[in-house]
Amino acid sequence: MIHYLTHRLIHSFLVLLVVSFASYGLIGLMPGDPIDLMFSANPEMTAADAERLRARYDLDRPILARYASWLAGALQGDFGYSRLYQQPVGDVLMPRLWATFQLLGISTLLALALAIPLGVWAAARHNRLTDYTINLVCFAGISVPPFWLALLLIAYIAVPVSWIPAGGMAESGENGLEHLRHMLLPVAALSLASIGSFTRFMRGAMLQSLGQDYMRTARAKGAHPLRQLFDHALQNALLPLITVIALSFGTLFSGALITETIFGWSGMGRMIYEAVMGNDFNLALVGLMVATAFTLAGSILADIAYAALDPRITLQDRGNGG
Amino acid sequence: MTHPTPLRRGQRIRGNFLRNRLAVLSLFILILLVLTALTGPHLLALLHLDGFETDLFNLKGPPGPGHPLGTDELGRDVLARLILGSQASLSVGLITALTAAILGSIIGICAGYFGGWLDSLLMRLTDGVIALPLLPLLIVLSALDFDKIGLGAFADGSGLMRLVMIISLVAWPTVARLVRAETLSLKQREFVVAARAQGATPFFIMRRHIFPNVQASIVIATTLSIGNIILLESVLSFLGLGIRPPTPSWGTMLTNAQDYIWDSPNLALWPGLAIFITVIAFNFLGDGLQDALDPKQHQQ
Repeated sequence: MIHYLTHRLIHSFLVLLVVSFASYGLIGLMPGDPIDLMFSANPEMTAADAERLRARYDLDRPILARYASWLAGALQGDFGYSRLYQQPVGDVLMPRLWATFQLLGISTLLALALAIPLGVWAAARHNRLTDYTINLVCFAGISVPPFWLALLLIAYIAVPVSWIPAGGMAESGENGLEHLRHMLLPVAALSLASIGSFTRFMRGAMLQSLGQDYMRTARAKGAHPLRQLFDHALQNALLPLITVIALSFGTLFSGALITETIFGWSGMGRMIYEAVMGNDFNLALVGLMVATAFTLAGSILADIAYAALDPRITLQDRGNGG
Repeated sequence: MTHPTPLRRGQRIRGNFLRNRLAVLSLFILILLVLTALTGPHLLALLHLDGFETDLFNLKGPPGPGHPLGTDELGRDVLARLILGSQASLSVGLITALTAAILGSIIGICAGYFGGWLDSLLMRLTDGVIALPLLPLLIVLSALDFDKIGLGAFADGSGLMRLVMIISLVAWPTVARLVRAETLSLKQREFVVAARAQGATPFFIMRRHIFPNVQASIVIATTLSIGNIILLESVLSFLGLGIRPPTPSWGTMLTNAQDYIWDSPNLALWPGLAIFITVIAFNFLGDGLQDALDPKQHQQ
């Protein structure tokens, strides 16, 4: 297990390294060279000034050399300075990471609290009206554009109901209730966006679990139908669901980007969007790295959860898959 | 042991598909949508509608004669813009899905058939792309200056080809994984081994023996991917990184609607509904095809 985890961590670190290099190169290809921007904004600046500035900010060196010095700084925890926020990148990052974590944590728990019972219910009534209805609603949930859902929540809930804010965040001095009030709609939008796929996975896992031999044994020994459903089938169906959630970390992050942008929630997703739009290279790069690390962590977590919950699986077996 | 003849198999598939009422309804809706997109300008002329004409005396007007769904913030007809917007969403969805399917099939067949270092290399690449956070990556990619990488020729004014290229880059891994897995098992089958023994070249075997047998899976996966691609297109357009105005698209219609959500919530209703119906129709169609083409693969 330890051996496998070390292997996975080293592998993830290598992926991050490759991604950071690729992003460093890509972000350099965005329009709006910072020196060009200054040059066009300031008529008193001469071409010689521009050259000097280029040298001052290391922009005259080849990209590999620049990347190497960025990496050396990043490994020591120095991610550079954000042009957009006029702060060190680390200081911009931390509060936003926490804000996104709250949003994603609460909305995922809420989505699960609804999706698990719905999935069990649909599976227990397989091929009956309840099942068809739940399945149909799930299909709708998967197909609905998440940003449209957010707009509808604003138009038909925040506009008529005056005490529900349509966006923004509570000021740091305000109490927790204010904070929760601002969280209401973003959390609703994010949970609605993931309930559909969670319920479908839960239903599928339950159906598979219900068809197993141990269910026949449970029925044969006369276990109560509810006990069959919850003690025998559900326990085994939760395993694939945990894996699915861990593997969907990347999707959750994409959802956060949209939701935060629409509701003006100062989190990681909105930060990445603003950094890219505002040509804030340092910030965009680190934002992208954090998002990638988060996704990679999800896939490692999925493997660990898998091994921890199912004694038949040892991580060594899965290590070969890479 | 009797093998069903190709005709019988075709009939069975058609029968299975037609029994799925939602899938048939979806196919019908999608055919209507494609026809609408193809005949867009002519259809508008027939309906006496104009998607670009502004009317400063009828801003955000209610539905009424002349404007079946009302007018937008510049006094343009909402229905006309919805009809024109279908062109962007459908063409990005279909072209990207096709590109990704071709890319994914080639990568998947090569990885599965040749194995060895090529397989590990291609699969590492596939895993790498899957591990990336989709939307943040797409945002960075769509913000790139295409002139700086010598692709300026593709960056047309509407931003359509740029979207196709960017989304194709991240959409191929699903097909590639699927095709690789099926190629791995097909490679062991007697008819492939026999072909190899007769001296057939790898290219011939892949084209004549492997590809026809993975076609069904490719069709299913591609249909199911179109919905997602249309969602990505609309999100990027909504964020101002996709289709560029004045070309109408459902995503940009929603961007504009966001600014007027307090007094005209209905402007946000129609474009989203159009995206929703299109995406759900592709998803139902894919689901129906899966049931019809590959009943045993479909678990539930």
